Amino acid sequence: MKRRNFIKNSMLFAGVLTTLPSVLFAKKSYAAWPKTSFDIKDLTDSVKSVYGHNNLEESSKVKLKAPSIAENGAIVPINVSTSLENVDSIMIFVENNPQPLSSGYQLTQLAEPSIGTRLKMGKTSNVMAAVKSGDKVYTSTQEVKVTIGGCGG
Amino acid sequence: MFRKILAVILLLPALSVLASPEKDFDKFVSYFKDRFPNTPYEDYKNGVYSIDASAREQWEAMEEFPPYELNVDRGEELFNKPFKNGNTYGSCFENGGVGIRQNYPYFDTDRNKVITLEGALNDCRLKNGEKPLSYFKGKELAHVSAYMAYTSRGNVFNVQIPNTEEALNAYEDGKRLYFTKKGQLNFSCADCHVYQTGTKLRADIPSPAIGHPTHFPVYRSGMGRLVTLHERFAGCLNRIRAKSFKGGSDELNNLEFFTTFMSNGLEVNGPGSRK
Amino acid sequence: MSTIKMRSKESNGVVTVKALIKHPMETGQRKNKKTGDMIPAHYIQEVHSKANGKDVITIHWGPAVSKNPYLTFKYKGNKGDDVEISWVDNQGNKDTKIGKVK
Repeated sequence: MKRRNFIKNSMLFAGVLTTLPSVLFAKKSYAAWPKTSFDIKDLTDSVKSVYGHNNLEESSKVKLKAPSIAENGAIVPINVSTSLENVDSIMIFVENNPQPLSSGYQLTQLAEPSIGTRLKMGKTSNVMAAVKSGDKVYTSTQEVKVTIGGCGG
Repeated sequence: MFRKILAVILLLPALSVLASPEKDFDKFVSYFKDRFPNTPYEDYKNGVYSIDASAREQWEAMEEFPPYELNVDRGEELFNKPFKNGNTYGSCFENGGVGIRQNYPYFDTDRNKVITLEGALNDCRLKNGEKPLSYFKGKELAHVSAYMAYTSRGNVFNVQIPNTEEALNAYEDGKRLYFTKKGQLNFSCADCHVYQTGTKLRADIPSPAIGHPTHFPVYRSGMGRLVTLHERFAGCLNRIRAKSFKGGSDELNNLEFFTTFMSNGLEVNGPGSRK
Repeated sequence: MSTIKMRSKESNGVVTVKALIKHPMETGQRKNKKTGDMIPAHYIQEVHSKANGKDVITIHWGPAVSKNPYLTFKYKGNKGDDVEISWVDNQGNKDTKIGKVK
């Protein structure tokens, strides 16, 4: 009984010690903005910088909703959802953009794996939604055509 | 049948002395009913989205939270901001300027000219010792117009043409501009928006003529800002390399008069979201 | 005036949050046509959201996100929840807003 308490208390003390610095700085430890990843110009390198590997598995459980022909490349509506469980993050890559990584969504347990936004696309490109579930990364890819209008200007 | 209607419409300018706007309207509407038999009349207020399904889906995605909401908020602020003399825009309008978009344009029989909403806003400014504003570049005038359109959504256009020579001339002037081929590209407004509507012009699909004014000013995603109807008219004229006109000019006022008359019975649904 | 407009609705225990943020999301790749100078990059990099003080989602954006960016996400929640959205951009500007779930 005494030993158990002693161990419990010392673990508690160790726990307090490790958290103390962040409490002292009063800064919430969100994942830092990944500058390196956002600067990379090549899709393969971009994926590697995010996950540490390129082992992506296409999955029909990742639902990517994007127009097949974008009305306007400045504002392309993209939605990603998945029935996969234990989703840590969703990333959206636009292969032919100057930097393929467009955005990343880090989910807590409270979040549902379903997000949407509007992206700029410089030209026709594959758009790839990548979902990290547990240790694996599942993807869905779709081409979105970006055209120059006719007379709309 | 198509050719007959085409011929009739082509003859319209020549018949200007005998034509009645009501008859023109009926011909216009029946032409579009034949052209797009599956489009319900009230949907024309949505422009090209009434006739192109894949573009409509993207427009609906934009309508989930349209960018113009930010402009309407700003427009409301500007609408309520007093002039140097303490008056506000609302003091120049019926009902304090709220819910009245559908009353414009109208033909003022005292001044013998077409008064558009933006024109009335500038008149209000002049009356209160302020300078008139530009119709172009999506600034204050566009924002106030967007707010006023937003407060009027659902109200129905019912442009009246007084039975005076001046009013009919203004209508005819607008109609003539609409149907006359012009510019280096030798297009008329009708070429794209009547005869070629629904077909492809490079990667664009020209929207139908009916319902154009109902959703202006528009927020153009490609330009990242509001665009008024007159700026759009001027832009189209530039596109076909024709002589363009200034915002608030007689030419564009009359063109707005004609095109809005042709949209009678449709609801105000501005500001609209466009590419 | 707040740069964040948001609407949150609950249905079957899931709250859908939609937000529109006023921000130029300038890539830094465009030139000022008049002066010829490059327009400096100015875009939101991080967006955080909490519900009743609990973290829901952390978002990292790059300059490829559209001007006046739109965001939608879902979480397990209830009517009356306080949803907070805050953003920080590359120039150090920030804004926060809290709204109730309907």
